[in-house]
Amino acid sequence: MNLHEYQAKRLLAQFGTAVPRGAVSSTAEEAKEVAEKLFAEGARRVVVKAQTHAGGRGKGTFKSGFKGGVKLCDSAQGVFETAKAMLGQVLVTKQTGPEGRLIRKLLIETACPIKRELYVAVLLDRAQSLPLLMASSEGGMDIEEVAAQTPEKIIKEPIDPAAGLMPYQGRKVAASLGLKGDLLNQAAKLLLGVYKTWWESDATLVEINPLCVVEGPDGKDLILAVDGKISLDDNALYRHADIQEMRDLSEEAPLEIEASKHSLNYIKLDGNIACLVNGAGLAMATMDIIQHYGGRPANFLDVGGGASKEQVTAAFKIILSDPNVKAILVNIFGGIMQCDIIAAGIVEAVKATHLTLPLVVRLEGNNVQLGKRILDESGLALVSGDSMADAAEKVVNSARK
Amino acid sequence: MSILVTPQTKVLIQGITGSFGARHTQLSLAYGTQVVAGVTPGKGGQTFDAKVPIFDTVQEAVKETGATASAIFVPPPFAADAILEAVGAGLELVVCITEGIPVRDMIKVKQAMHGKKTRLIGPNCPGIVTPGEGKESHGGCRIGIAPGYIHRKGHVGVVSRSGTLTYEAVWQLTCRGVGQSTCVGIGGDPVNGTSHLDSVRMFNDDPDTHGIIIIGEIGGSAEEEAAEWIQQNCRKPAAGFIAGATAPPGRRMGHAGAIVSGGKGTAAAKIQAFRDAGIAVAATPSVMAETLLKLL
Repeated sequence: MNLHEYQAKRLLAQFGTAVPRGAVSSTAEEAKEVAEKLFAEGARRVVVKAQTHAGGRGKGTFKSGFKGGVKLCDSAQGVFETAKAMLGQVLVTKQTGPEGRLIRKLLIETACPIKRELYVAVLLDRAQSLPLLMASSEGGMDIEEVAAQTPEKIIKEPIDPAAGLMPYQGRKVAASLGLKGDLLNQAAKLLLGVYKTWWESDATLVEINPLCVVEGPDGKDLILAVDGKISLDDNALYRHADIQEMRDLSEEAPLEIEASKHSLNYIKLDGNIACLVNGAGLAMATMDIIQHYGGRPANFLDVGGGASKEQVTAAFKIILSDPNVKAILVNIFGGIMQCDIIAAGIVEAVKATHLTLPLVVRLEGNNVQLGKRILDESGLALVSGDSMADAAEKVVNSARK
Repeated sequence: MSILVTPQTKVLIQGITGSFGARHTQLSLAYGTQVVAGVTPGKGGQTFDAKVPIFDTVQEAVKETGATASAIFVPPPFAADAILEAVGAGLELVVCITEGIPVRDMIKVKQAMHGKKTRLIGPNCPGIVTPGEGKESHGGCRIGIAPGYIHRKGHVGVVSRSGTLTYEAVWQLTCRGVGQSTCVGIGGDPVNGTSHLDSVRMFNDDPDTHGIIIIGEIGGSAEEEAAEWIQQNCRKPAAGFIAGATAPPGRRMGHAGAIVSGGKGTAAAKIQAFRDAGIAVAATPSVMAETLLKLL
């Protein structure tokens, strides 16, 4: 699960990370009120930030023609007008795809003059099974590019989970970022907050890009998390009722939400051959073999180890609601499950969904002969595949017709 | 021989009275596996299927039955505790089947296991099978949820993160009359106990394993690490397959660990690492066995 920037900053602030002053608004009037307050507190400029999980907001364009999902304003009236132009409009960025995302909320914040842009993140170091603090003096940029072009500019500090991130580690990283004096201590404290957010919220990623040295209202330098991105471990959500409430279903693909209701794991892709498979590894491998034979998979779909009749029916319905789909490949290795039961489930699902698209079924495992007979005798226009390769070739050919 | 377990290995089941644990305990018993004890706190003194004594704690179960290996079927919130209970009782091997354990719990478990003799397989894995000599490999040691009958006793070692992809490889071998020494499913989570590399090392040292199939998938760098070791040290022919070449970056493909993030963990990089290490890469999952058999 991903959070919006305003939610991420709320969590970060809760764990001691300094963030810009501001508030979230869902109407232009609210936005104006927040801005008036910020200007009254001494803000010279205020930033209006469209809230969506997709990146690339600043360079995005609204379908209305309004340019930019992040705008600086000099007056409360300017904030009001900008908010009016953004709210209820669809923002298209390089990450949203052409359909874009509807903007329902804006984050209104004090924008202090930025002196330096840095990068910090906490994530899992899989090779070590340890949390890792990553930092770079090259903030505001695509960190993957920095890592590829100038790996020496990436600072990595592994964290002992029993001790947590220690203050000296925060100071060490801050010093490596070239921070001195009061800023070094501020940054060290902020880094502890970032780590604590990661650990306490069961996050998979906490990323601050950019982390900025800014000129505060009183003229003194400050260090602030100017942006914030948090991804959470779905497996740990059960122990975070507060975070569960932050889930924004409008940011998720409707078919994927529907799939999760049936304990199906579905991810929509842009091909035209749908697949329905049991097991994540086999589901990925099925997509790969479709591509190997010249086709393009329309989805990833793991129906799990059980593949019950209800699940298979729900899976067919989800697959069929993707208009790009031209053919379907069912690939089931019935290890524990009996293939005849799975076959009966497929037959019922095909009938229930009035399937007219070409369907290739590859069954293997327990009672496979009985399963194949049920499919053959069903009177349905489906084709059996003898192996994964055979089935993949057949489905690719039928999608071409 | 085999790796990790033999048909004589005494196995206990943590979470034996849950529906999932119970079903797979019955299947293991039917396969001929030496399931000697079950553990469900509060149900000590009862008997599972009129055959297997149930204990309140792993320690008691070990003391009374001499079990050396455990299979864990407890729900995710209690799984970390169950793993460490097995470690605390001094078991040699713990196989955690449970899917959906929070990463933070597994980080703690891995830290707590430092310096302990227990080996962890999984979590979120199908488990281990060392096939037996009977009909449809009956009489083997089956710990976990893999279908036993697809196996055949023999000399190919199989290691994979994915369950069904392991079955696919095993079945391809068995259909060609080629048996397996041991099949290990190491699980699809980002933090796990035993790696591809650990498994390959054991296969390399096992005189009864003559060839290895190593199946990987996108995410992390465990496949690359194993490949590097194989290139330097492995004396046995190895074939491999990497799933997820068509997976979009930034999306988790079912397994918590199957994700390409920050440009890392791509199928292309893993396939290249396999090739560089002299591992024969199967062009499709349909030819995993064939690819190895060409080398034997």
